[in-house]
Amino acid sequence: MSGVNDFAFKMATVNGTGSASANSLLMQAIFRMGIPVTGKNLFPSNIQGLPTWYEIRVNADGWTARPEQVDLVVTLNPATYAKDVANVRPGGYLLYDSSWPLEADLIREGITIIGIPFGKMCVNAFERDRDRTLLRNIVYAGALAALFEIDMDVIHEMLTEKFSKKKSLLDANFTAIRLGYDYAKANFTCPLPFHLKRLDKTKDFIIIDGNSAAALGALYAGATVGAWYPITPSTSLMEAFTAFCKKFRVDKGTGLNNFCILQAEDELSAAGITIGAGWAGARAFTNTSGPGISLMQEFIGLAYYTEIPAVFFDVQRVGPSTGMPTRTQQADLMSLAYASHGDTKHIVLFPANPEECFYLSVEAFNLAERFQTPVFVASDLDIGMNDWMCQRLEWDDNYKPDRGKVLDATELEQVKKFSRYLDVDGDGIPARTLPGVHPNGAYFVRGSGHDKFGAYTEDSDAYQEVLDRLTRKFESAKKVVPAPEIHLQNSAHIGIVSLGGCHAAVMEAVHNLRERGIVADYMRIKAFPFDSPVKDFIDSHEVTFVVEQNRDAQLRALLAIELGVPRDNMTAVLNYGGMPLTSRIVVDAVAKHLEGVAV
Amino acid sequence: MTSIAKPPVRHPGLHKNVLGFTQRDYEGAMSTLCAGCGHDSVTAALVQAAWELSLPPHRVAKMSGIGCSSKTTAYFMRQSHGFNSVHGRMPSVTSGANAANRNLTYIGISGDGDSLSIGLGQLCHVIRRNVRMLYVLDNNGVYGLTKGQFSASADIGSTSKKGEANVQPPIDPVLLALTLGATFVARSFSGDKAQLIPILKAGISHNGFALIDIISPCVTFNDHDGSTKSYKFTREHEVEISTADFVPLRREITVPETDAEMTAVTMHDGSTVRFRKTRDNYDPTDREAAYEHVRACQLRGEVATGLLFLDEHGSDMHAIAKTVPTPLVDVPFEQLCPGSAALQKLMGQYR
Ligand SMILES: Cc1ncc(C[n+]2csc(CCOP(=O)(O)OP(=O)(O)O)c2C)c(N)n1
Ligand code: SF4
Ligand SMILES: [Mg+2]
Repeated sequence: MSGVNDFAFKMATVNGTGSASANSLLMQAIFRMGIPVTGKNLFPSNIQGLPTWYEIRVNADGWTARPEQVDLVVTLNPATYAKDVANVRPGGYLLYDSSWPLEADLIREGITIIGIPFGKMCVNAFERDRDRTLLRNIVYAGALAALFEIDMDVIHEMLTEKFSKKKSLLDANFTAIRLGYDYAKANFTCPLPFHLKRLDKTKDFIIIDGNSAAALGALYAGATVGAWYPITPSTSLMEAFTAFCKKFRVDKGTGLNNFCILQAEDELSAAGITIGAGWAGARAFTNTSGPGISLMQEFIGLAYYTEIPAVFFDVQRVGPSTGMPTRTQQADLMSLAYASHGDTKHIVLFPANPEECFYLSVEAFNLAERFQTPVFVASDLDIGMNDWMCQRLEWDDNYKPDRGKVLDATELEQVKKFSRYLDVDGDGIPARTLPGVHPNGAYFVRGSGHDKFGAYTEDSDAYQEVLDRLTRKFESAKKVVPAPEIHLQNSAHIGIVSLGGCHAAVMEAVHNLRERGIVADYMRIKAFPFDSPVKDFIDSHEVTFVVEQNRDAQLRALLAIELGVPRDNMTAVLNYGGMPLTSRIVVDAVAKHLEGVAV
Repeated sequence: MTSIAKPPVRHPGLHKNVLGFTQRDYEGAMSTLCAGCGHDSVTAALVQAAWELSLPPHRVAKMSGIGCSSKTTAYFMRQSHGFNSVHGRMPSVTSGANAANRNLTYIGISGDGDSLSIGLGQLCHVIRRNVRMLYVLDNNGVYGLTKGQFSASADIGSTSKKGEANVQPPIDPVLLALTLGATFVARSFSGDKAQLIPILKAGISHNGFALIDIISPCVTFNDHDGSTKSYKFTREHEVEISTADFVPLRREITVPETDAEMTAVTMHDGSTVRFRKTRDNYDPTDREAAYEHVRACQLRGEVATGLLFLDEHGSDMHAIAKTVPTPLVDVPFEQLCPGSAALQKLMGQYR
């Protein structure tokens, strides 16, 4: 039930009308009032003219998953009136632009309809057409500030920060915010029953999107080469990396760059650049999404078999094919875990939120170099592009990059004959050398069949020997990749397994299930390959649910393949329409299944 | 592919270069190409060019894609680093390696299939990026390694071993490179060592992307009557079509006088390939003139060879990207990581 500091609202607009800044203004103001808040931008794959929504959830307890229904909707897009009205919970509110007559689509029993003539107010207040369109968003923000009791001082402070250098814009924004605020105050009972009250719960938090956080991770991990080809929803990752590099990586004396970012001609090339740079000794990465991952397959196999470190960020969107570029999914799990033809297996990390995008990004570079192999960070659109409230990011100045077994000039001086693929230490990880370091380190990299010395071979035993060592290497990675996060309750018979961006909704679902008398343990997988604790968790529960965002229950398939858990012992809970998972979906699926099973 | 001993490489005694290496030190593994394959001659020329330039072997990275031609990176400079990557994608791998370490000498070897079909996009873009490297395109008009299918450089009317004629128009890498703004464009013939070596040396020394298209006949699938990329390599012909000369390092590159403008190379099957040499007064720095020259030769059924275009003032990838002169692999981590204080300060912007 909604109430003070516990409600959700959404703005339904047309993309290209400039609503984004008003929406983030609202979210950030609530955050600055110390109240936990999240925002989700549901936008079209289009530049102008299609429906877009921004949902804001306020929750004092810190639940951040997408709400199933909203308490209030601002409808500014006639094309989606019917859908938007239907999304309001019984007893909720609808705010529409009363410059025009109320359309039949907007009328619904059991909700309160509020009209504010945004359009007319803007025509009266502003001269230019552009201002009339853009500032309409600020007017509704002002109205909502009155209805929800958003602290106007906070809003003023934020507008001042934003437009400090443009006085005329600042004045116009002040006027607009006041217009909405005063109108709402004068015409309606403010605040509404659900509204805001200052808290002190966001002090240690920030609001950040996953792509920015991942880019920061790459910056802090010391990545110097970034290669990419633009694709939603991963583009903003390299844009953020570029911005961070310009801020932190330009040599003060010369103005020259301690980084090289290449926008490639396609994703094949982006993968090739990343692998070439990794081979030469740089920390290198590429960021892409499903279609790009498809194109990179051959190169991924090359890096796997020749044992070259490379980091791939896959900000997943809805596939197959072009699919829905601006909607979210976790449907690349299989194609990442076993990317490329032939026998291949890869390390994949699953951040649950932007905070983990940062830490797992750093971790990915370590793992890639330590295991001399491609490492994937499987984020998704919801994590990558939406604003999440997270703990402030921390950095340990004692951090030393794990470069893995790289022989330096001094070590190479002692080496008589260097052989690239010899398992000297018995952990499946051979030593590598970097080109140009020392004459004794030269060797020939080939994606064609090679033996443990690196020489070309078509001999079965010699080929198999290398392949088996690669398996051992992969096995040793199990102990090193991030362990699952396990939340146990007293004597639960039910286990829920999930990963990545499902986390927020599953945590909330576990809580809500408990209130319904269903006690469940929860394990969030953070990496592939899986180690024994993952199997132990599944084995120790009578009923296991695997919650994920794809049609084919890919995580469940991976668990079955890799751990030998019978597939049908795990019940799939799936959400694959492209909208972020809600706790309701999980709660309903679990409850429904349990009706038919005695636990 | 049968393994046949590579043709003998003549050694000028045990002569040492300034690094104290003999030419033999620049050789590689035994070639497994067909005896007489043009690619082996290119390999031999590269060995000599590298020796003459006194390249420190371990500072050289040999890059290739897939094909008979791409295999040859294993057959020279065994003390160098080699990277035999995937079909048609050597340019991107080299771009990445060069991005990371700009101080190595990059020698890329590719074929006409590797460069003009599957890898055409990568070739175009590595030219645009102007990555500092020598790019050798061993051009035989066929896919040698997959047994003789036409490649995109096969001329219209040229016949395959089975006798069928190619009907699709060819892609000329030289014209392509000139159009895309390449800063070093040359063409030569695998049988013409005297012309080849100076061009290879010039290309290695070039400050940017250096393309050399080398007509390198495939004796097994494209060395018969009716093929326009067949050859007969006789010592006389090699001498006769020698054109360019190369003066290493920071001195003006001159195109020396030649005795004849055009040389007809008679193939052992009786057909001819005519090589147009650059004229005495040819200005290799005029892109338009180079284009016209190559087109004019083409219309006459001749192949223009020599160092066709050179621009030593272009900006290479690093100049464009404004990277520091230190190779990025050598920049210390402390200089790359902004540290915790900076992060805490930055966090303020996310509130
Ligand atoms: C993705 C991919 N497709 C096809 C092949 C098969 N293949 C190997 S070499 C080659 C053609 C090589 O032709 P070219 O580059 O002209 O080299 P040549 O053998 O003539 O020197 C092909 C098609 C491959 N290795 N990879
Ligand atoms: S098939 Fe042709 S290109 Fe390949 S090695 Fe033999 S002669 Fe050379
Ligand atoms: Mg060929």
